[in-house]
Amino acid sequence: MNPFYIMVEYWPRLLDGTLMTLKLTFLGALIAALFSPGLALIRANTGPVAQAPLRLYISFMRGTPILGQLFLIYYGSGQFRPFLQEWGLWSFFRDPFNCALLAFALNSTAYQTEILRGGIMGVARGEIEAAKAIGMTRPQILRRVTFPHAYRIAWPALGNEIILLMKASALASVVTVFDIMGRTRQIFSRTFDFSIYLWAALIYLCITAIFVLLWRQGETRLSRHIGPRSTGRSILSPPEGPKP
Amino acid sequence: MFELLSYGDAGWGDEIFAGLAITMQLAIVTLPVGLLIGFVAAFASMSRHAGLRAIGFGYTTIMRGLPEILTLFVVYNGVGLLLNKLAVWWNPGGTNIEFSPFAAGVTALAMVFGAFAGEVLRGAFQSLDEGQMEAGRAIGMSPGKIFFRIRLPQVWRFALPGLGNLWINMLKDTALVSIIALDDLMRMTKVAVGVTKQPFTFYLLACLIYWVLCVLSEVVLAHMERRANRGIRRV
Repeated sequence: MNPFYIMVEYWPRLLDGTLMTLKLTFLGALIAALFSPGLALIRANTGPVAQAPLRLYISFMRGTPILGQLFLIYYGSGQFRPFLQEWGLWSFFRDPFNCALLAFALNSTAYQTEILRGGIMGVARGEIEAAKAIGMTRPQILRRVTFPHAYRIAWPALGNEIILLMKASALASVVTVFDIMGRTRQIFSRTFDFSIYLWAALIYLCITAIFVLLWRQGETRLSRHIGPRSTGRSILSPPEGPKP
Repeated sequence: MFELLSYGDAGWGDEIFAGLAITMQLAIVTLPVGLLIGFVAAFASMSRHAGLRAIGFGYTTIMRGLPEILTLFVVYNGVGLLLNKLAVWWNPGGTNIEFSPFAAGVTALAMVFGAFAGEVLRGAFQSLDEGQMEAGRAIGMSPGKIFFRIRLPQVWRFALPGLGNLWINMLKDTALVSIIALDDLMRMTKVAVGVTKQPFTFYLLACLIYWVLCVLSEVVLAHMERRANRGIRRV
């Protein structure tokens, strides 16, 4: 069968799914980005006892399958239904989109916190000392010295994490969210036309490629003070090493 | 609570343990296949021929950009269709061939693992000191000997941290095969949930088991890394 035929017939559904994938990824990454700076500061600056719960949370999120986390939230909430109904939270957990978003946001918060912690710890002590020397207050130092530089260091890794989140968002289709993957499975179950999977693959690759380009623009912008010598290494470029 | 998890007819301990066994089998069978694909991809992308390089680069880039679940469905449905077409062509009127979910799971997971491992291994090969290979040639070692005695042992050391991460990711990705009806840990958990109506308890249990597997893997990998680096001076 002509692979273009199925696209002509079903493109509105796939477009719909693409918007859903983008929405899930964007909102999930955004919610995680709101929480990760504070948590990263706790990870970087407090003692082992104070951050024990946080480390446990991060270890759990990184050591269990996202599918398991998704099921735990979507199906698991059913076990507490009377309780949740009493609190008026049941309508939130009944919706698969909310549960998927919650799972992805919780998961990405853990990863983003660890990435940002690395960035914060990569900021040279001398910079902080210089800021103290000219009389900056602690919030000022965080806002003007620590975080700008920490984000510059963490930027490529954060981009990788968002791509991973976009890939993971395909799991939402398992709990009946109609993202790209969900629409694709729906169309395949009606037509048994295998080419729809290849179209889905193409869409995912295009999203990744466009995102990589945009993210690299952001990287160039963040490092514009370093001057034209910075090459703005891509997050997809191979690891450095001497040529054989 | 505890009788639910007991071993035997009353509890779900044995079913979940059987699922865990499938999960472990899947991961352990996938590892060597994935490593093989990884080595082939690494050699292709370091090849002298531009065509091979393009194939290696294309494979690792595309596979790393696709969601694992999409790869799994493409393999499960696509290879199934292909096998059936081949079967009809080979023996018209014959019975349908079932592409087993286990084989599909191993194939898909190994393809993903191989793509990431290809990049890790390429990085490791490229960080070897060129002078050591020259020294090997100078004392008359054959290319095969140089590979097995000089390059491979050191590539192992450079690649181990990256491959360790991939192993843990793959262990977690095995949960996806529950979607194509393979009776792994996640699917047996789903069965238990269907009967007991205690989704939170059982999914939490499944997550805890995966967690234990990952933490155990981390401990073993740290030990292996120490062992691989035992001859290296610490700065």
